[in-house]
Amino acid sequence: MSSLLDSVVIPVLYLISAVLFIVGLKGLTKVRTAKRGNLISAVAMLLAVVTTLLELGLVDYQWIVAGLVVGGLIGAIAAVRVQMTAMPQMVALFNGFGGGASALVAGSVLWLAVIERGVSETPAAVLGTDSAVTAFLSILVGGVTFSGSLVAYLKLAGRMSGQPILLPARHAVNVGFLVGSLALGLYLVLQAADPGTIEIAALALIAASLVLGVLMVIPIGGADMPVVISFLNSLSGVAAAMTGFVLANNVLIISGALVGASGLILTQIMCVAMNRSLGNVFFSAFGEEVSSGGGEYIGVRSCGPEEAAMVLESASSVVIVPGYGLAVSQAQHVARDLANLVEKNGGRVTFAIHPVAGRMPGHMNVLLAEADVAYEKLVEMDQINPEFSHTDAVIVVGANDVVNPAAERDPKSPIAGMPILQVYNAGTVFVIKRSLSPGFAGVKNELFENENTMMIYGDAKKVLQEIVNELKGLVKAA
Amino acid sequence: MGPLLIGIYVFVLAVFVGFEIISKIPPTLHTPLMSGANAVSGITLVGALFAARNGDLRLSGVLGFLAIVFATINVVGGFLVTHRMLAMFGRKKEKR
Repeated sequence: MSSLLDSVVIPVLYLISAVLFIVGLKGLTKVRTAKRGNLISAVAMLLAVVTTLLELGLVDYQWIVAGLVVGGLIGAIAAVRVQMTAMPQMVALFNGFGGGASALVAGSVLWLAVIERGVSETPAAVLGTDSAVTAFLSILVGGVTFSGSLVAYLKLAGRMSGQPILLPARHAVNVGFLVGSLALGLYLVLQAADPGTIEIAALALIAASLVLGVLMVIPIGGADMPVVISFLNSLSGVAAAMTGFVLANNVLIISGALVGASGLILTQIMCVAMNRSLGNVFFSAFGEEVSSGGGEYIGVRSCGPEEAAMVLESASSVVIVPGYGLAVSQAQHVARDLANLVEKNGGRVTFAIHPVAGRMPGHMNVLLAEADVAYEKLVEMDQINPEFSHTDAVIVVGANDVVNPAAERDPKSPIAGMPILQVYNAGTVFVIKRSLSPGFAGVKNELFENENTMMIYGDAKKVLQEIVNELKGLVKAA
Repeated sequence: MGPLLIGIYVFVLAVFVGFEIISKIPPTLHTPLMSGANAVSGITLVGALFAARNGDLRLSGVLGFLAIVFATINVVGGFLVTHRMLAMFGRKKEKR
């Protein structure tokens, strides 16, 4: 009976789980099926866990039950309480925990099978070369994912400067750490043959992987975060797949590979949207070579909320361009109020969404969905760009680089070649910004000097609220 | 064919399945896909359960316990957060 369970039932259940993961992820790629897709993935996860418990049979459950309860509570509370504006850092944090878990599993296997048994053999001899090598890779990738995600979390949550932190000779240091970690890992599993040495090597590997993750992410600035988060997402999948190799468990390998692939696709989409390669994002911190593109602003016009309201009152088509500043000042609800007001007055309002606006893929879509802005009102870059020439007014809220014409005109600009929202074609462009300080990495925005551009200085939420109030007065008076 | 080779076959084919099913994705779903996939990467919980099966106080057991905590945070938090986001996307339509 128990052999039937082990040889047929359990593998079949794992297979069903793997299929459900595929079906679930596929569901997540269409708006209509996304919710169901997520639920199917969750069911797949539950099935995988139940199957594993079946496979384990009667063991000591105290750590298992305690771990599930503690982790479940922390995860649930965090997920329910997090604000939508804090979503990028939440995703980064969860991602770090996933990567960390993979590293911990591999570490546990190493300690249990080799170090704690006190055998004087190499891990490769005890576990088999395959398992031993993948165990060290799992520790390395998982550790990098964990500490890298934590740094991303700290940057996104504003507990650490979002600016790139550039250490001297960091390329050499990073490559050195990577090569050193790989060598250390190979030594650990193939050469080290007494428990004491193995333990020290394992601890050193863990430390090296954590340092490597930090070194990888600290030079990356806020505007590149969508790429970094997607990439770390991919890495957490790879770490899980490595753990699958260690334990010879196919459901781990399959789901890890799926996550690795989906993360890579998002990474690719983000890179294309910035016209940069992944290597470029990691190895040349944005703004590193920037000395050009600076300079003083000349002939910049500014106005107050009342003038903006007057233009909006008579505008028949208005486009709002949201950016990270919208998220920071939590202005999504008042942006929606403004859109509704203009529509009530007979104008047409759409939101132009640049793929890398914000700090994670799809950031603006999530924020605006939270504010109940209809999905159809969000227009992608390629669709909206031809529309700007017959748009009366554009309101840029906390976006900068994604509307900078230097990307098209100045081949020396650090953002040269990045596809942008061509708002400069519109009748009047209002840019809501705290001050004239250049955006990320000190790239000067030529848009601000255009004749049809009006700067409105102040906090996005406050300014939008003032425009709403002014516009209400105008509409009433009319 | 040894287990490692079978594992590599499975891995490579699964990567291609992943590329195939996710090749086209509307921007609205970028965040939910990321956080949903992120929850799926918590599948390492399966490995964590194995790691914690002895329930003892040796380092291997403690690491296993921590792995379960970490992976469960990832799984439960990830799926819940994704669900919350997707519920927002559907909200407007249901009202009509």
